[in-house]
Amino acid sequence: MSTLARSAPRAGTPEKRRGSRRTGSAGSVAWMAIPALVVFTAFGLIPLFGVLGLSFTQWDGIGAIHPDGLNSWRAVLSDPGLPHTLFVTFLVMVLSWAVQTPASILIGVFLAGQERYRAFLAIMFFIPVLLSSAAIAITFKALLDPNFGLGAGLHIDFLSQDWLGVDKLALGVIIFVVSWQFIPFHSLIYQGAVRQIPKSMYESSEIEGAGRIRQFWSITLPQLKYTIVTSSTLMVVGSLTFFDLIFVMTAGGPGDATRVLALDMYSTGFQANLMGPASAIAMILVLVGLALALLLRRVGGGGSTDSQLEGA
Amino acid sequence: MADTLTTPVEHRPEVRPKKRRNQRRHGRNWLAGFGGWIWLFIVVLPIYWIVVTSLKTQANYYATNPLALPTSPTLSNYQLVIKSDFAGYFINSVIVTVGTIVPTLLISFMAAFAIVRGSSLFLRSVNWLFLMGLAIPLQATIIPVYLIIIKLKLYDSLLAIILPSIAFAIPLSVLVLSNFIRDVPKELFESMRVDGASEWTTMIRLALPLTRPALVTVAVYNGLGVWNGFLLPLILTQSPSKRTLPLALWTFQGQYGVNVPAVLASVVLTTLPILVLYAIGRRQLLSGLTAGFSK
Repeated sequence: MSTLARSAPRAGTPEKRRGSRRTGSAGSVAWMAIPALVVFTAFGLIPLFGVLGLSFTQWDGIGAIHPDGLNSWRAVLSDPGLPHTLFVTFLVMVLSWAVQTPASILIGVFLAGQERYRAFLAIMFFIPVLLSSAAIAITFKALLDPNFGLGAGLHIDFLSQDWLGVDKLALGVIIFVVSWQFIPFHSLIYQGAVRQIPKSMYESSEIEGAGRIRQFWSITLPQLKYTIVTSSTLMVVGSLTFFDLIFVMTAGGPGDATRVLALDMYSTGFQANLMGPASAIAMILVLVGLALALLLRRVGGGGSTDSQLEGA
Repeated sequence: MADTLTTPVEHRPEVRPKKRRNQRRHGRNWLAGFGGWIWLFIVVLPIYWIVVTSLKTQANYYATNPLALPTSPTLSNYQLVIKSDFAGYFINSVIVTVGTIVPTLLISFMAAFAIVRGSSLFLRSVNWLFLMGLAIPLQATIIPVYLIIIKLKLYDSLLAIILPSIAFAIPLSVLVLSNFIRDVPKELFESMRVDGASEWTTMIRLALPLTRPALVTVAVYNGLGVWNGFLLPLILTQSPSKRTLPLALWTFQGQYGVNVPAVLASVVLTTLPILVLYAIGRRQLLSGLTAGFSK
């Protein structure tokens, strides 16, 4: 307070002072944003426009790039595989969200309790987050192998199915493994959020005789609204980039049962060497991601990401 | 927010009233506890299986119960993995991770500081740009990134992985850091200014120490992402000498696919460094990872 009083006379009226300080500091700090801006522009922004540009060209990944008009788009949009790929991407997104969200909320609420055994469980629960998708994919691929895996070794017929060789089973396995990998992270987010719900809310509802289930529905869940939006945004936009897990586990197979957009982009571009169509697919990926993020923002009441990440 | 960060996760002050509540509903907590142990089983079973199997010989693995402890534990699988140059891949991963995180922290912090302190149109546009960057799945830009890396003659180098990794990490880092810098009381900035400190000094001496927890968040979150990254090394490198661990795992699995114990030993070895770090800095890691997300 004393500093403010001391500086006030020098800069005139309070209003003027604020104005001059702001512009004064802006001039001398703006340069600090430049390094981040340059790197982000070079490897984030320019590539983003590059995707659009390359989708109107023909390029095999090595040789020269030739303009090719709308041919790539025509090829991609008329590809009979595209609706299927979009459908699988959508299915993975929705199912993994539907499995992860309730489980993460329940585990998060559970871990928010203070008992010692819960603290121990929290330590163990978190381990999957630390593993790479490649390691997880390799582990489950070996674990579920019908001949050499866990089921075969234990002689349990149910477990020794050809998990990754049957369309529906493979998709189910992907959903399960995605959930195994990401539920820990999201339940940790929920744990933190649950602990910030004021204790007084529970105490007063207890006086009114509300049971635990009632409290969950009428206090915990409404209070978690913004956290649900944040977590769902991360899940949904993140599900578009489940490349490594699916690539290592099934490579899109059997057939094209688990071929999601990101995988389609990779195999079109880097295996079939058709960078033009691959860029068109990437553009679809960008647009889907952007649309989903904006949609979830609207659902969350606008600006949810900011308000969520903003400090208390 | 700052409170969440500095208070270790397990030792919150409100233990007592909570206990009382829990005792009142003994029956319900039984169910929750049961669910908790079930989930523990689901999480731990694959991990237990990896470790146990990695200690068996291939013959032993096919002959015995897959969940039984090895009758004669062997480290031969680990020897095979180490002989396949995993030390080199490990060093590559360390270089890429450290080489990404240190510059990311530095330039993101500078940008966040500028965005909070300044108000010019330029800085507001930069902030808007980074916010947009959050909504875009940046992996979708991999083809132009590949083209740029080739044009810069960086293809098949560790720098080829590092540069895009920094760019992909910037939006979230700036957002988290700027939200923390915004929490620093305006009076402190003002008194620094009156004392004649430059903006740079203010950043280093005032903002940096006060937002250290946020820096941990950003470092841990991005560090895990880069250490475990697969797509960028897959596309931007080629020669075995430039492989990072996740990519090495994948090629090793392709080579020794039938030798399940050896493949699992490679999984254990690549995960071990992270698990050791987790054991040492668990509290920092757990609170750091989520502080930026749960409010």
